[in-house]
Amino acid sequence: MSEEHNELTEPATAESFENPGLGHHRPRLGDDDPRAAKRSERQVVALFTVSILATIGGIVGYFAFPVAEPDAGNVRMSTLVLGLGLGLGMLGIGAAAVHWAKSLMNDHEKVEERHEQRGDDATRERAVEMLQEGAADSGIARRPVLKGALGTALALAPLSFVVPLVGNLGADWNVSKFRHTAWAGTPDGGPRYLATDPTDRRIKASDITRGSMVHVMPYRLPEEEHYLEEKAKAVVIVIRVDPSILKEPEERRGWSYDGIVAYSKVCTHVGCPVALYEQQTHHVLCPCHQSTFDITDQAKVVFGPAKRPLPQLPIAVDDEGYLYAQQDFDEPVGPSYWERER
Amino acid sequence: MKALAARRRHRLAPVILMALALLFTGVVYAAIAPSAAQADTASADDLTEGERLFITNCSTCHGLDAEGTPEAPSLIGVGAASVHFQIVTGRMPMDANSPQAEAKPPQLDEEQAQQVAAYIASLGPGPSIPSAEQVDPTLGDAAAGGALFRTNCAMCHNAVGAGGALTEGKYAPALYESTPTEIYEAMLTGPQSMPVFNDATLTEEDKRDVIAYLIEQREPNPGGLSLGSLGPVSEGLWVFVVGMGVLICAAVWIGSRSS
Amino acid sequence: MSARTEVPQQRKTSPTVAAGADFLDTRVGASKMVKEFARKIFPDHWSFLLGEIALFSFVILILSGIFLTMFFVPSMTEVHYPEDALPVTMQGLEMSEAFASTVYMSYHVPGGLLMRQIHHWAALMFVGAMTVHMMRVFFTGAFRRPRELNWLVGFTLLILGLAAGFSGYSLPDDVLSGNGLRIADGVLRAIPLIGSYGSYMLFGGEFPGTDIIPRLFTVHILLVPGLILALIAVHLFLIVWHKHTQFPGPGRTDRNVVGYPLFPVYTAKAGGFFFIVFGVLAVMGATMSINNVWNYGPYDPSIVGAGAQPDWYMLFLEGALRLMPGQTEYVIGGFTLSLNILVPGVVIPGILFTLLALFPFIEGFATKDTGEHHVLDRPRNAPVRTASGVAILSVFFVLVAAGSNDLIATHFHLSLNAITWAFRVLFFVLPVVTFIVTKRICLSLQRKDRELVLHGHETGRVVRFASGEYIEVHRPLDEHERWVLVAHGPRRPLEIPAEEDSAGVRRPGHRRDRLRQSLSRFFYEDRVEPVTPAELAAAHAHDEHDAVDARPARETIGTQSH
Repeated sequence: MSEEHNELTEPATAESFENPGLGHHRPRLGDDDPRAAKRSERQVVALFTVSILATIGGIVGYFAFPVAEPDAGNVRMSTLVLGLGLGLGMLGIGAAAVHWAKSLMNDHEKVEERHEQRGDDATRERAVEMLQEGAADSGIARRPVLKGALGTALALAPLSFVVPLVGNLGADWNVSKFRHTAWAGTPDGGPRYLATDPTDRRIKASDITRGSMVHVMPYRLPEEEHYLEEKAKAVVIVIRVDPSILKEPEERRGWSYDGIVAYSKVCTHVGCPVALYEQQTHHVLCPCHQSTFDITDQAKVVFGPAKRPLPQLPIAVDDEGYLYAQQDFDEPVGPSYWERER
Repeated sequence: MKALAARRRHRLAPVILMALALLFTGVVYAAIAPSAAQADTASADDLTEGERLFITNCSTCHGLDAEGTPEAPSLIGVGAASVHFQIVTGRMPMDANSPQAEAKPPQLDEEQAQQVAAYIASLGPGPSIPSAEQVDPTLGDAAAGGALFRTNCAMCHNAVGAGGALTEGKYAPALYESTPTEIYEAMLTGPQSMPVFNDATLTEEDKRDVIAYLIEQREPNPGGLSLGSLGPVSEGLWVFVVGMGVLICAAVWIGSRSS
Repeated sequence: MSARTEVPQQRKTSPTVAAGADFLDTRVGASKMVKEFARKIFPDHWSFLLGEIALFSFVILILSGIFLTMFFVPSMTEVHYPEDALPVTMQGLEMSEAFASTVYMSYHVPGGLLMRQIHHWAALMFVGAMTVHMMRVFFTGAFRRPRELNWLVGFTLLILGLAAGFSGYSLPDDVLSGNGLRIADGVLRAIPLIGSYGSYMLFGGEFPGTDIIPRLFTVHILLVPGLILALIAVHLFLIVWHKHTQFPGPGRTDRNVVGYPLFPVYTAKAGGFFFIVFGVLAVMGATMSINNVWNYGPYDPSIVGAGAQPDWYMLFLEGALRLMPGQTEYVIGGFTLSLNILVPGVVIPGILFTLLALFPFIEGFATKDTGEHHVLDRPRNAPVRTASGVAILSVFFVLVAAGSNDLIATHFHLSLNAITWAFRVLFFVLPVVTFIVTKRICLSLQRKDRELVLHGHETGRVVRFASGEYIEVHRPLDEHERWVLVAHGPRRPLEIPAEEDSAGVRRPGHRRDRLRQSLSRFFYEDRVEPVTPAELAAAHAHDEHDAVDARPARETIGTQSH
């Protein structure tokens, strides 16, 4: 195409009009009327004064509303006064400067020529020559081994920085921890009891009435090492429904207790806590991406971006009526990952 | 302002403020909160009146004997707290078939609600209306309540009780307007989609802590306008509507020629 | 410099200033710099200030950020919040030091809350202004040769802005941002082969670990801002090097730049604008609360709040994750391929961003662009580009809205599930619809421009001829006004040489040319060409009586049919 570089100051042709050139300068009020100019000047001064006063006001507010003592009202006032002082202080300067520029500074448009980015042919030739001379001086073209050695050394040198960095970022890199949770048992080998989150009280089966849900974590977990990492995998929701509406496959018959079921609270999509239980529909909903699981049907997905059901925690009741986990989950909890099924 | 601020720093200021606050809340609750004793020892007259109100307002759906119909559940054994909650929040009598019963201006007044509640309670035992002391936020621990609220309630009602969405058009309502008694009754009875938080999972003290936390949220926000406490989406909207809007106006002003 | 400037009579310079100037000139050659830059010309238009909003927001981010680093402790050590400190809802709770220091600085450092709020508003504004600035550059074609590289620099700045934002709002270690990190962990794990190791690498072991906050802190205050600063320097250098683009207008050509000098006009205007941006952000910080982390509470992996969303610029990812149906997770040979996460989390943003980054090169390929462009396009004069931009934006908006679907459900009393389905459909339908509609609107506006050039403005004055005919008198445009509407050259699809030469030998590179031609047709087949002097003369020859019938030949209105 040839329309690039259509020099627009060229005279009109049948195809294109002539660029009429800059229009006439339209004078402002202040250009002709000194009183209008004086008025603009006073306005600019007033705006600067607003800024000065606001700054002073902000500093006064800083001392007037100390936030050292517990008084939420002072925090609010301090934030407000300091912020308005700062804000108006800045706005005053800004508005004054712009008003000055617009109303008092020379507003005749000026024209500057542009230069093409591309160097002219002579410059280009000279540049190529210079590079060739330099390359010849270095002798790199004639000594290919040198080139190879340089490249290899440069490519390898960062390794002694990158390897220790990457090597240590992942701590022990033992990703098989994804498969185990604290429900496998207490550190001394006993069974894990179910406890309320966050109050850490053990729960009796009789405590859970129909229609209720309990947010559960392993009993006494807060006292153990890696508490948050373990809690992130081990949180569970316990819900009691009418046993007759539970659809339980044969191999999971023993996993619930009189309508009480426990499912992992970690979404199988990307790991948010799934916790919105609707007691009438028996659905739990994840507030992050709205995957919906049916508690009465093995927590299978009924809507949303998750694929797999929530893993079920097999529970049982001890002699005193407290709920405990029979064993760990039989699959990794939480989001999918490449080697999950392995 | 300086004088006021100076007095605020006074050693006794918190004590006086606290006393005033206690007095104020005491008066308010004496005025609005139902007394548990009243509900439990309802007179025979109240029961008769309650039955009459039940038959005129509720029996169409719940049946003349309150044993339920295909449209509505049985009320035997739901307890006074549940009935009181549903009536004083206006959810019952329900006026249209929507995904869930909406809160609206109540059709029965507090006394009538107590009477219907007493009548239903007399049909079968269930959770009773909490006492003024049970729901007194000044006796609760807002920090502990906050922790409980975040674990048990925030996923539906939002971290400060602004409400949130459930499936298929249902929603968890905002809690800004709810009275302490209503909050307590809702936890105890689990209305509609809400699960039940009985006294074993959230003890009476726990519930009072939760109430204290929610009442604390009604204090003015130290950072200025709360923008609905809806989180980043509303903040993003505001930065464009207010911030970007004002700055683009300023840019247009800067770019325009002076007259 | 060809501009004439009225220099007043030489004033007496004070000896101290003269001495200082002499010092600078003899040490660093200051006079040469002043000579080069002081009267550099910048064109005036409000939309050229959008990038400055981003730049100034960044400066404010650094200033307020310095304040915050003085009081923030980037540590995940568990502490108990003091019993006597505000707010009462946090007293005695166990939390990380990062969270505790954030809350404590908000309540117990005067100005601490203000600076936090200014910082967060400025962050939202920074990314917002970059986006709007990018839209301006896109729709006016400012990315065309020679500015393709600066477009890429700007694009990289946008990505870095997202990284800065994400690493920043995760720092307080509150429930909301913690769940954001957990989602990031979930997306990371879904990556085939290396996912689990990527997760371990980010968190220093299992989620959440105790490393992520200190690591994000370094990323947020050193790595990302350092890169942003360096790229801003490149971005600004290239602006000065290329000289700024300008809108079409009388006297403006591809060989000049018309406007006002850097000193004093632009110093005052741009400098003043910095204070205005700072002022607006400070007032927002003073009056509008943002990210009150004590409302969300200290992070605990079992907690989530309704309305769990990221800041607005990450919302499109959240929306994509919400829309994707879950059936697309597959187990192949024992390995899990989570397309339900990879498609929305990696593939869709990848496609959107690649398209955006490469657009100048795609368009350049279609036009076989060879010259330099310094006069901007009016968006209507590039209908396919404008429509493509709007289509990309519409996808972005669908995803943003999908990321807010729970709030839409509660505020408009709709069903969450119905909204999700509606957005799933809109994701595919809306870009097509907006593309077609925008293109049609652009073509119509161009027709309107033609109409205006040929027949002038309607005056509302109706006259009656002796013959009884009524016409409305049109006032013709003057040459300055007309120039804006006819300055752009006609753009037509490329013609390519035949596949075989006269001897029947296949021409090398023909396939590439064919691809170029079909892309060029996509861009320019449907077009309305600007009025030519010949057409205008013909229109006037009709004695401003009865409109010239610009017979549309298919979609083409223009010279070749005459």
